[in-house]
Amino acid sequence: MLDTLLLIALFIQSLAALGCMYRVIKGPSVSDRVVALDSMGISLISITAMLSVLLRSQSFMDIILLIGILAFIGTIAYSKFIERGVVIDRNRRGK
Amino acid sequence: MSWLHLIVLAPFLATVFIPVIHKAFPKLHIGWAVLPLPIALLISLLSQIGKVSSHVSVEASMPWIPSYGIYFDVYLDGLSMLFALLITGIGTLVVLYSIYYLDKHKERLQAFYVYLLLFMGAMLGVVLSDNLMLLYMFWETTSLASFLLIAYWTQREKSRYGAQKSMLITVFGGMAMFAGFILLYVMGGTFSIRGLVEQAPHIAGDPLFIPALVLVLLGAFTKSAQFPFHIWLPDAMEAPTPVSAYLHSATMVKAGLYLVARMTPIFAGQAEWFWLVAGFGLFTLLWGSFSAVKQTDLKSILAFSTVSQLGLIMSLLGVGSLAVLYDAADERLFYAAVLAAVFHLFNHATFKGALFMVAGIVDHETGTRDIRKLGGLMSLMPITFTIAVVGGLSMAGLPPFNGFLSKEMFFTGMLKVLEADVFALETWGILFPIIAVVASVFTFVYSLMLVMRTFLGKLQPEKLEKKPHEAPIGMLIPPIVLASLVLLVGFYPNLIAHSLLEPAVSAILPNLLAPGDHFETHISFWHGWTAELFMTMGVVAVGLLLVLTLRRWVSLYDHLPQRLTLNRLYDGMLLGLQRGSSKGTEAYMSGSLRTYLIYIFLFFILVIGGSLAFIQPTLQASGYAPLAAYEWLLGLILAGAAAAIVLVSSRMSAILAAGAVGYMVSLYFVILRAPDLALTQLVVETVSVALFLLCFYHLPKLRRDMNRVRFQSVNFLIAIGVGAIITILTLAVQGVRPFDSISDYFIANAHDEAGGDNVVNVILVDFRGFDTMLEILVLGIAAIGIYALIKLRLGGDYREHQ
Repeated sequence: MLDTLLLIALFIQSLAALGCMYRVIKGPSVSDRVVALDSMGISLISITAMLSVLLRSQSFMDIILLIGILAFIGTIAYSKFIERGVVIDRNRRGK
Repeated sequence: MSWLHLIVLAPFLATVFIPVIHKAFPKLHIGWAVLPLPIALLISLLSQIGKVSSHVSVEASMPWIPSYGIYFDVYLDGLSMLFALLITGIGTLVVLYSIYYLDKHKERLQAFYVYLLLFMGAMLGVVLSDNLMLLYMFWETTSLASFLLIAYWTQREKSRYGAQKSMLITVFGGMAMFAGFILLYVMGGTFSIRGLVEQAPHIAGDPLFIPALVLVLLGAFTKSAQFPFHIWLPDAMEAPTPVSAYLHSATMVKAGLYLVARMTPIFAGQAEWFWLVAGFGLFTLLWGSFSAVKQTDLKSILAFSTVSQLGLIMSLLGVGSLAVLYDAADERLFYAAVLAAVFHLFNHATFKGALFMVAGIVDHETGTRDIRKLGGLMSLMPITFTIAVVGGLSMAGLPPFNGFLSKEMFFTGMLKVLEADVFALETWGILFPIIAVVASVFTFVYSLMLVMRTFLGKLQPEKLEKKPHEAPIGMLIPPIVLASLVLLVGFYPNLIAHSLLEPAVSAILPNLLAPGDHFETHISFWHGWTAELFMTMGVVAVGLLLVLTLRRWVSLYDHLPQRLTLNRLYDGMLLGLQRGSSKGTEAYMSGSLRTYLIYIFLFFILVIGGSLAFIQPTLQASGYAPLAAYEWLLGLILAGAAAAIVLVSSRMSAILAAGAVGYMVSLYFVILRAPDLALTQLVVETVSVALFLLCFYHLPKLRRDMNRVRFQSVNFLIAIGVGAIITILTLAVQGVRPFDSISDYFIANAHDEAGGDNVVNVILVDFRGFDTMLEILVLGIAAIGIYALIKLRLGGDYREHQ
């Protein structure tokens, strides 16, 4: 029963990710795409979580954390790039 | 190591000492230090002549590469003896001549004598070798030494051209001969020539026999300047005259004849052998004598005359090969042709050597070799004139010189062909004596022309660079010796007939003799009113007529088509090859990486796709796991993201799509239960997306306006093809698994053997830690490389980008 529910939830979550993908491809501006990618990352987190329940495994907990961190870092990096044109500043203290 | 080995190796050893002696005694003409060596070799060979002429061959063996059947086997029989005596004897005379010919202050003498000794050793090696590989090695060494000697005056354009030409042609033939030798080895199972002769009847039926025959003959024809490979010889006349006399008349150009004679016991009796050897020989004889008449340079006349005489000997060897078809009881013995061949071979070496030395003397004392400028030297250079007359008339085939005898025997051999009834000779045999007579007429003409236009007529002192006078005595001794040999052999031919020629003939035709038997080799000066004598008289009569009217008809040569000469063909071929290959290279080496990638992928499609089509693998669906609905969706996302990379218009979006692909791949790792892979994939993907962003920031302004990827149908087709083939390949491989995986071992032993529960990590650092170490090394190199690329700015005016 739980497995069936999980499969249904996975299907719905995949649909959500597909929607995000549509935005990534289509999205008129780069910012739209970045946001879509960020939310796709969150979708991945939930898919991974559901999969680890489905697979009865605890090995994927690290991945959930990592995706969270990376999605954050990636989005920040992208935002900074869109804002200032660089990801890492040359002069961190000055100005 | 026996004395026979030493004879071959001594010249090579001596080359080591020449520069040392040259340094130690700078005032000595280095030729004097070289001279004792060929004399010693000659004497040591002469001491064996009794043995050889009583048919006892001297042989010695030494292992060289025994595992491949390559031995340093040397073997001295009649044929080798004849050649070895020519090489050492004329070598002695040429060294003596060169001492007076080459100036010790102006020339690089040590180089000259090193090359000359290198050649002498190699040539002795060629004629004394019993092992085919050894023979080939020495053969190529003679080509190399000849190359070095022709280009001795390296500052001259023509010398370099002649050297390159001779090198290309002789090495081409040498390679063909090498292939022929290997075929012989494949058939006979041995590299030993005598071993192959024993197997000759067994070899003859082999399908490889004819290719081997043609290839070996190609080597012999190129070396012995047979038509159409004779073109290198006239250009080789740019060499110093001692070299021309030694290499290009007496020894090296006869290596091909030696090879044909040596291989006769293996190949004789075949129609191909007869027609190729005799046919090419006769045509070369005619062509060489015909071309010699129009030359105006003394050495060019002699070069074409050499070509023609080599053709004569070659044709005699061809006719002589018929001997094996008729048994000894038969009246019509063809071995007379072989006897004529070896006799003329000896005679030609003597008179042609003398004539070359005469040409050198004339050049040395007048400053020119052009017969249009020469004339009237008879009274100024009486000794040289006498030698020239002896040599010239011997070459023309007049009594009482030795050329007369061998020419008579040549006619005998050619007339014998009329009696042959094999190989369609009933029809074509009549051509042999006709060509022989016509060529002899031309030979007579150029021989007389050579002597008359140089020494008779009027002196033209204003055209000469120096005031002509007789040569120094040292320069005259070698040609005098050769001219006296011409006379001596002319008057007493049987001096060498029994001791030298008979063993040589029996070495060429070993299977015709019963043990203890001898060939009848008595050469008689006068043999009655025979057809040969009338032919000679006809030749002399027509020849004299032509010589007297020379000025009227020699201009006919100018009307011959100049564009159709073989030299033009050679130059055109060389130029065409260069241009063609550079055009070919330019056509496909475009310098664009795109083009090269197209080649690589096309090759991939052709080879892998072709072999897939050839194998036709079965793609069974049964072995695959079922897919859940969400997995389909995730696959769709992955495909969509991948498509987006290609289709989106901006590069930024393409990077985002690439990141999406990377993340989806990591999700697949989760689905396929590979947590470590998923972790790594996520981090690496994030880092590489960040790196892409870094790169894009630095793209030049000009290019910033981002275009959609241009559609190109070729690229599209290739991409589709590669993708399809990879897919098919993966599916095909997946279905077939002939062996069990070894992963069970890792799973079972990870805990007990390595003390870890994470099997992936245990494999990485324990079971297969070596790979990991090298991967770490790769990362280290990449990091250092990036650091170096960014920091290191050598040369050029690079301003750091701010």
